Amino acid sequence: MGKETSASAGIVLSGLAKSYGPVKAVRGIDLTITPGETVALLGPNGAGKSTTIDMILGLAQPNAGRVTVFGMPPATAVASGRIGGMLQTGSLVEYLTVRELVEMVASMYPHPLDVHQVLEATGTSAFAGQRTTGLSGGQTQRVRFALALVANPDLLVLDEPTAALDVEARRDFWSSMRSVAQRGKTVLFATHYLEEADAYADRIVLMARGRVIADGPSTEIKAKVGGRTIRATLPGVDGSALEALPGVTAVDRRGEAVVLSCGDSDAALRALLATYPVARDIEVRGAGLEEAFIQLVGDDEEMEEVEGS
Amino acid sequence: MTAGNVAVATGDTKMNNATYVRYEILRTFRNRRFLIFSLGFPVVLLLTIGGANQHKLIGSIPFPLYYMTGMAGFGTMMAIISSGARISSERQVGWTRQLRITPLRTRVYFEAKVLCGYLMALLTLVVMYAVGSALGVRLDARQWLVMTLLILVALVPFAVLGILAGHLLKPDSMGPAIGGVVTLFALLGGSWGPLSTGKTYVDIVRLLPSYWLAQASRVAFGGSEWPPVEAWIVIAVWTGVLVRLAVRVYRRDTARV
Repeated sequence: MGKETSASAGIVLSGLAKSYGPVKAVRGIDLTITPGETVALLGPNGAGKSTTIDMILGLAQPNAGRVTVFGMPPATAVASGRIGGMLQTGSLVEYLTVRELVEMVASMYPHPLDVHQVLEATGTSAFAGQRTTGLSGGQTQRVRFALALVANPDLLVLDEPTAALDVEARRDFWSSMRSVAQRGKTVLFATHYLEEADAYADRIVLMARGRVIADGPSTEIKAKVGGRTIRATLPGVDGSALEALPGVTAVDRRGEAVVLSCGDSDAALRALLATYPVARDIEVRGAGLEEAFIQLVGDDEEMEEVEGS
Repeated sequence: MTAGNVAVATGDTKMNNATYVRYEILRTFRNRRFLIFSLGFPVVLLLTIGGANQHKLIGSIPFPLYYMTGMAGFGTMMAIISSGARISSERQVGWTRQLRITPLRTRVYFEAKVLCGYLMALLTLVVMYAVGSALGVRLDARQWLVMTLLILVALVPFAVLGILAGHLLKPDSMGPAIGGVVTLFALLGGSWGPLSTGKTYVDIVRLLPSYWLAQASRVAFGGSEWPPVEAWIVIAVWTGVLVRLAVRVYRRDTARV
């Protein structure tokens, strides 16, 4: 895959920033996505994912920096039909059947996919003859995906496509997504589920508070934010002694209980039980994404203070 | 299902707006509520009031003819404003945002709305003329035609007004707002007969596009076919100002979302 020249690079964001009034939604993002990559924008609510996506789609204008998509400004890329998008919110227009709606949107693009087959692939053919009003949330979401897909775009952008779905519908969504969308297309999707990002993206871009705080192969990011914690009731043991245990990265004492943040929870647990057999009420949990973010963002803020001083 | 199943559509790979426009028209005419309210009200008024006064004259003009032309102005104004105003609900559900990330040009979106409004207005005219004929209205072909064309021209500023309303108002407030504005325009413009014949009053209402919409049918009363220059100026100025406002509101709207 050709690299770094603006024409061959898929999406290039440089120094991208956007404020809404006093709210700095995106505060300087540099990112290059090569054609064919599947990239997840992972971050909690308010991280700036949607704003970033809106700028890539040309829906929002940056206050600073620029975006190019296949070497073009977003509006040009959209007008030439090279981008297909599924926005986070939005329902379908009324008084059409699902099939008619997909046909209507297909007609706007220069090289649309076959409508019938898109309906099949997105699991919408069963209700393709129904009016768009009166569909369930999951069905609506599938139709919205069909609208993005039928465009047959070079870049597919999905902003939290599964946010409104239950677990099963989410799995269905991704299986149809995988079967259809990964044919040399560039895919960018936003999510706040680490598992989704890990399972479906080659690369994860971690965002918090309008910045990219980590960017790398999914496995690497997962290791970074996917650590575990061990919680145990263990009175009278010094925190620094616990911190010295193998696999433990941080210790937090909460009354009689201690919470150990672990890089390697297996090693830490073995060592904990061997050293302190009195430890009881032991729980091992995946550290929530939120916790990982707080930690990463915390580091980020400290740096900011250093920069500022 | 595998990726290989999905093929690029063969044949028609050229972008065309015909499909989009066709479905927009279909959507308009499938919207029964819209059809009933837009058409039903003037039809009922014409049938009841026109029917009750079927053999009366206003001056030398048969009452049904007089009332038919008034209702034609009112009904078409309602139809064409409502069409643009539907943008409001499409904005609310996020559909216009979805369209902005497709290659569909904004222009085509607005043109389709105006076209649908005109089709609704034409349908309204046909129904009004049919009801009027049933009540005994008789005109020659040229009078029907000239009246129709002039009404369509006088509707231009109202088509723009609808698009403007579609960007300014929420769907909830749209019904009363349109009802109020259309009724006011129709009343002042003289769709139900002049409110006053005082010189100052007439001088003022002559500045309204609805006055010339009502005047569009004077050929049916034996008046001249060609409207005065003043009519064209009023229509053009209203259209120009409303277009400017609509463009400004549209830009503000798209910059924010």
